[in-house]
Amino acid sequence: MNTYDPGRRRALSCLSAWGGAAVVWTVSGGIPRALGATGTGMPPGAARDALTFVQISDTHIGFHKEANPDVVGSLRRAIADIHALPQAPAFVVHTGDVSHLSKPEEFGSAKEILKEIRVDRVHTVPGEHDTIDDGVAGYLKFFDHDGKGRAWYSFDQGGVHFIGLNNVLNFKVGTLAALGDEQLAWLKSDLAGVSRSTPIVVMAHIPLWTVWEPWGWGTADSAQALALLRPYGSVTVLNGHIHQVLQKVEGSVALHTAMSLAYPLPAPGQEGIGEPGPVKVPAGELGKLLGTRQISLVRGKSELAMVDRPLEG
Amino acid sequence: MFDQLSLNRWGALFALVACGALSPSAGVAADAATTVDVSKFVFGPKEITIAPGVRVRWVNHDEVPHTVASAPGQEKVIASKAMDTDDRYEVTFSKEGDYAYYCTVHPFMTGVVHVHKP
Repeated sequence: MNTYDPGRRRALSCLSAWGGAAVVWTVSGGIPRALGATGTGMPPGAARDALTFVQISDTHIGFHKEANPDVVGSLRRAIADIHALPQAPAFVVHTGDVSHLSKPEEFGSAKEILKEIRVDRVHTVPGEHDTIDDGVAGYLKFFDHDGKGRAWYSFDQGGVHFIGLNNVLNFKVGTLAALGDEQLAWLKSDLAGVSRSTPIVVMAHIPLWTVWEPWGWGTADSAQALALLRPYGSVTVLNGHIHQVLQKVEGSVALHTAMSLAYPLPAPGQEGIGEPGPVKVPAGELGKLLGTRQISLVRGKSELAMVDRPLEG
Repeated sequence: MFDQLSLNRWGALFALVACGALSPSAGVAADAATTVDVSKFVFGPKEITIAPGVRVRWVNHDEVPHTVASAPGQEKVIASKAMDTDDRYEVTFSKEGDYAYYCTVHPFMTGVVHVHKP
């Protein structure tokens, strides 16, 4: 049983209590800064017609244990929050672990619920819970691919180049997952057509930096991917997998992991906590540890502004 | 001395001794298996040694799914589907060898089954 360590989370919740339920992050001069949410709920500086989209992650449809007996309910709470945004998002991205056990009925159920979101598209990338028995084949029957049966792809919208990556494909014994040479070669050729000044958003389930290797929280060949992205003026990497918000900035590349919509996971490296299993929290606390992220392109600036919203303030 | 009754008795004794010599595991119940508990993201025991013909049973006690799969480069003797909480998977190892395996969802979880004649 994992214990709930309030240290960092209490700090974050104090911050959000000051600023309202949401924590606003903006990246300025390469350093993420937390600001209070504005009355409109919009990140400061974002124009009314700025590209806005939402990131959700780790819905684990099919999970039904004590840490969250109703993951479908949590997802529907998130959808209600998305519908309540003052500016409707253009689309939603889901950074993986859509299902809990890679079962077709879980994929189907998730897909139907995601259709309830009032957006044109929900873009997804797979997590390791989506590729357990059948590799990525089962997942691809329901979700995004490049038209050639691969879970990586790219698209352009609102002046931003979006890239979806699959880093749950190459698990090797005792080491981190990897993107693999074929995908890295595809990434290189995909970026060849993108100008240096175009903001780039990269979505991948497992963090593209090594958060905590003993728990597999990293990608073995992420350095190669980041080297391809480094020349660009604004790169935002959106990850999931670890069920908590952590960030890292490397030059013009800002990497952000996200909250889950299923259950919290422990912060790594804590004494007495040896494994990344679902954390049970007291009744009423779960909603503060699950949430969504609203992301906006701030006109005239290269950085994207973000608002992390727990399901419950 | 070896009247009919005695002969049967001696025969029974001989048969019992013969059984004991040929099958050392005659006392083991039919559904016995060596169990590896999958708990807190660890295979316990991480390494086991069994005789050929023994069955190994993995039982998942965690709230997240795990699998057991033969390490790459090894013969694919171990190949479970997703094991949810309380699910189990069994393999009977007939050939001697060292069978390294891991969880495909959490590859930092590794174990070995050593199969050697006693």
